[in-house]
Amino acid sequence: MRESDNVPLLEVRGLVKHFPVKRNLLGRATSVVSAVDGVDFDLRQGETLGVVGESGCGKSTTARLLMHLIEPSAGTIRFGGKTVGSAALPLKEFRRQVQLVFQDSYASLNPRLTVEESIAFGPMVHGTARTQAQARTHALLERVGLDPRRFAGRFTHELSGGQRQRVNIARALALQPRILVLDEAVSALDKSVEAQVLNLLLDLKQEFGLSYVFISHDLEVVRFMAARVLVMYLGRVAELAPTEALYTDSRHPYTTALVGSLLSMNPDRRTEAAPISGDPPNPIDPPPGCRFHTRCPHAEPVCAAGVPGLGMRAQEHWVACHMGDPMSGHSKAPARAA
Amino acid sequence: MPERVNEIIRSPGFWVTVWRRFLRDPVALAAALVVLGLILMAVFAPWIAPQDPFQGMSLRRLKPPGTEGYPLGTDELGRDMLSRLIHGARISLFMGIVPVLCALFIGAAIGIVAGYSGGWTNTLLMRTVDVFFAFPSVLLAVALAGALGPGMTNGLIALTLVFIPPIARVAESVTTGVRSRDFVEAAKASGAGALLIIRKHVLGNVLGPIFVYAMSLVAVSMILAAGLSFLGLGVKPPQPDWGLMLNTLRTAMYTQPLLCALPGVMIFITSISFNLMTDGLRSAMDIKA
Amino acid sequence: MILYATKRVLLTLPIMLGVTIVCFALVHLAPGDPLISVLPPDASQSIKEQMMALYGFDRPYHEQFLRWLWRVLQGDIGTSIRTGRPVSTEISKAVGNTLMLAALATCIGFLLGTLFGFVAGYFRDTWIDKTASALSVFGVSVPHYWLGMVLVIVFAATLGWLPPTGAGPGGSEDWKWDWVHFKYLILPAVTMSVIPMGIIARTVRALVAEILSQEFVVGLRAKGLSEVGIFGHVVKNAAPTALAVMGIQLGYLLGGSILIETVFAWPGTGLLLNDAIFQRDLPLLQGTILVLAMFFVVLNLAVDVMQTMLDPRIQRA
Repeated sequence: MRESDNVPLLEVRGLVKHFPVKRNLLGRATSVVSAVDGVDFDLRQGETLGVVGESGCGKSTTARLLMHLIEPSAGTIRFGGKTVGSAALPLKEFRRQVQLVFQDSYASLNPRLTVEESIAFGPMVHGTARTQAQARTHALLERVGLDPRRFAGRFTHELSGGQRQRVNIARALALQPRILVLDEAVSALDKSVEAQVLNLLLDLKQEFGLSYVFISHDLEVVRFMAARVLVMYLGRVAELAPTEALYTDSRHPYTTALVGSLLSMNPDRRTEAAPISGDPPNPIDPPPGCRFHTRCPHAEPVCAAGVPGLGMRAQEHWVACHMGDPMSGHSKAPARAA
Repeated sequence: MPERVNEIIRSPGFWVTVWRRFLRDPVALAAALVVLGLILMAVFAPWIAPQDPFQGMSLRRLKPPGTEGYPLGTDELGRDMLSRLIHGARISLFMGIVPVLCALFIGAAIGIVAGYSGGWTNTLLMRTVDVFFAFPSVLLAVALAGALGPGMTNGLIALTLVFIPPIARVAESVTTGVRSRDFVEAAKASGAGALLIIRKHVLGNVLGPIFVYAMSLVAVSMILAAGLSFLGLGVKPPQPDWGLMLNTLRTAMYTQPLLCALPGVMIFITSISFNLMTDGLRSAMDIKA
Repeated sequence: MILYATKRVLLTLPIMLGVTIVCFALVHLAPGDPLISVLPPDASQSIKEQMMALYGFDRPYHEQFLRWLWRVLQGDIGTSIRTGRPVSTEISKAVGNTLMLAALATCIGFLLGTLFGFVAGYFRDTWIDKTASALSVFGVSVPHYWLGMVLVIVFAATLGWLPPTGAGPGGSEDWKWDWVHFKYLILPAVTMSVIPMGIIARTVRALVAEILSQEFVVGLRAKGLSEVGIFGHVVKNAAPTALAVMGIQLGYLLGGSILIETVFAWPGTGLLLNDAIFQRDLPLLQGTILVLAMFFVVLNLAVDVMQTMLDPRIQRA
C-alpha cells in the first residue's frame, strides 16, 4: 500500500457559502441563501466521485467553491494534505492542479479566440513559451479526438456542442491537472455524443491518472462514471456511499426517492413508493432541522427539531438521517445497542 | 513541429468577418467613402482650396454662389466660401472625432474597471457617472463651455466631459455581461490575474460594442461643437468653422439664403455619413453565432 | 410598488446632491473674477473686497457650498448680478415658455416618430421600412439649428406664412393662446420635434420588430387573430417603453433648447442662458442650469416610476 492511498487527494471540510439576496438601502444583506451549508467529503487519488441532487441544491456552487472561483464563507479545502491558500499551497499553484469543465460549452469558450488560443492560454499564464504551449495544444486536440489541423484555427461558433466540449476538456487538461471537476459537463449534449464524451473521459482518466468530481443531475450517467456518490439536498450532504451500495441499498429517504424515480428494466424492481412530490423549499428560508422533512414520508417531530449529523451506517456508507441514528428518538431508528 | 502549424486551417477572425460584411452593405460603404473623402479634404485643405480662406475684400462681400471665380460665393467679409468650407472640414472633423476619442479612452477605462470589479468600486464610479448623466448633453456642453469661456480647447474639454458618462455606462454594462460568462471563470481557474484576463478575454469582447457606440457619438459631437461655435462658445473668428460660419452668415439670411445655408449642408452631409457608416458597422458586427 | 417608488426616490437624492455640487463648481471653474462684469475695470482693491465679501466669495469653498446649498434648499437660488433681481424670478417666466415649446415639440415628434417607427417595424425590410428609417436617420443627423434657419428662409422669408422669430407681434413677450401668438410657436416647435422624432422612430421600429418576431405573436396569428387584433397586442407591449423614451426626450429638449431658442429668439431658458453666458452673469447661469438639471432628474424619476407601474416586469431590473 502506497502512502498516497491513505491521504485523500482532496479533503473538504465544513464548506459553507452564503449569498446575500436582499439588501437594504445601505447595502447590508437582510437575507441570505445558504447555497452550500456545511459540506464534507474526500476525493481519493484516481477515483470518480459523483455528486447528484436536484437543480438548486448547491452542486454547481460546490464546484466553484472547490476552485475558489467564489470565496467560501467558511470551511477548508486541503489538497494532498496542504491547505489551499496557505503559504504551502498558493491559490495559483492549486488552480493548476484542479480544473473545471462547465456545462455550457459555448459560454465557457471565449468567442473571440481560436480553439488554439483558448487552450494555450492556461499554460502561457503559467510561463510556458508560446511554441511549446501550441505544441501541447495540438497534442491535446489530437488526444480528445479533434484533428488539430482542422480545429486549432477555428472559433467557438463554428463547432458542434460535442466538439466544443472536447475543446473544453482539452483546455482543462492543458495545465496537466490532477483533478477535473466536471460540472454537468455532458448534460447539454445529445445522448449519442454524451456516450462518446463519457468514454473519452474514462480513457483520459486512465491515461493521465486523473481524479474526477463528476457533478450531474443524471443518475444513470453518474452510476456509469462514479465509484462513490455524494447526494446533496439544499446545500447539505444527505448521503455518501459507494455507487452500488447507494443505488441498491440507499439509507436516506431522499436518495431512495431519487433512485426509485429511475426507470427500471426489471419489473420485479419496480418501486411502490410514492415518487418525491412538490418543489424543494425556498433556500432563502430553509426548513429547520432536517431540510428534507417537509417532503419526507417518514417525517416525525424530531426531524424538524434537530439537524441530523452525517454518520457512518455501513462500510463507507455515510447518511444524514435521524432514522439511522439510534440516539435520535425517531420511531424508525434502530434500537439502541445494549 | 513548425511545418504542421502551417497546415492549420485558419478561420477568418471576428474583425475580418465584420469587414467583409461591411463591404457588402452598399449604403454603409458609400457613407464610408464620403467620410474618407471629407477626411482627405480636411488633410489636404491648403492644397485643394482655390483661395486663401482668411483673405477677404469688402468690395466682393456676399456674392451668391455661381459668381465668377467664387463658385460658392463669398461670405460677409468677402472671403471665398468654397475655400472656407474646405478648410472648415478641418475643425469640424477635429471637433467631431477628438473629443469622442478622448472620452472613449477615459470612459471605456472607467466602465471596464467598474464592470469588471463590481461591488463598491462599481457603485462609486457609476454613481459619479450618473451625476453627469443628470444633465442633458446640450445643457452640460453649454454650461461647461459657458463657464470655461469661449475657445476651441475649452470646447474640446467640455465635449469630452459630456461624452465620458454615456461611454462609461455602455462599457460598464457590456463588461458586466462578459464578466459573468463562464470563459472568464475558466480563465480565473487557470490562475490568470485580473489584468491579464481583462486584456485577453474581456477587451476582445467589449471593445467592439463600445467602439461602435462611440462612433455613433461622432456625429453628435460634431453637431454639438458646431452648435457651440454657432452660439459663439466654440471656435473664435476668423477661424473657418462650419458652425461659426452659420452664426456670422445669419445676418445675411434674407438676402443670400442659399449662401447662408451652405455650412449647414456640410455639417449635415458629414453627420449623416458618419451615422450611416456607424449603422452599417453595427449591423455588420451583429453576427449571430 | 410604493416601496419601489420610495426606494427610487431615495436613490435619486445622492444624484441631486451631485448635481448641486457640479452646478456650484461651474462658477468656480470659470476663469477670472466672478465679479468682473459688474465692477468697473478701475475699481479699487477695497471695493473689490467689499463686493467679494457681500457675495461671500471670500470664504473657503466648502463653506461657500454649504451656505449656497442651504439657501437653495430654502428656494433662494441667487441674485442676478446684471439685473439685481432674484434668479428665480428671471427663470420662472422663461421656464413656462420653454416648457410650452418643448412639450409641443415632443408631441409632434412622438406622433410622427411612432407613425414612422410603427410602419417601418411592421413592414420590416421592405422599401417602406427603408424610407421610414431614412427619415429617422435624417432626424438624428440634421443640425437642428440649421434646419431652423432653413425653415425660416422657406416659410418666413420666402413664403411669408409664418413669423420668423420672437414669441408675439412686435416683440411682445406676453403669451396668449390665440392664433396670432400660436403662429410664432409653430416653426420652433417643428424644428425641435425633429430630434425626438428620429429617436422615437428608431425605438418604436426596434420594439415593433422584436414584438412581432416573438412566439406569442406567432401563436396569436396561428389562433387566427386578425391583424387589427395583433396590432392591439403590439401597441400594448410597445407603449411603456415608447412613452418612457418620450418622457426622457422631453427632458432633453427642455435642457437643450438653447440652440433653437437662439435661432428663433424664443424667450425661454435657452435665451436666458445665452444672456447669462455672454454677460458673464454667473449666478444666473448657475441658477438656470441647476433648475434645468433638477427638472431633468425629477422627470427621469417620474418616467421611471410610471414605466414600472405600466410594466411591472421592469421592477426586477
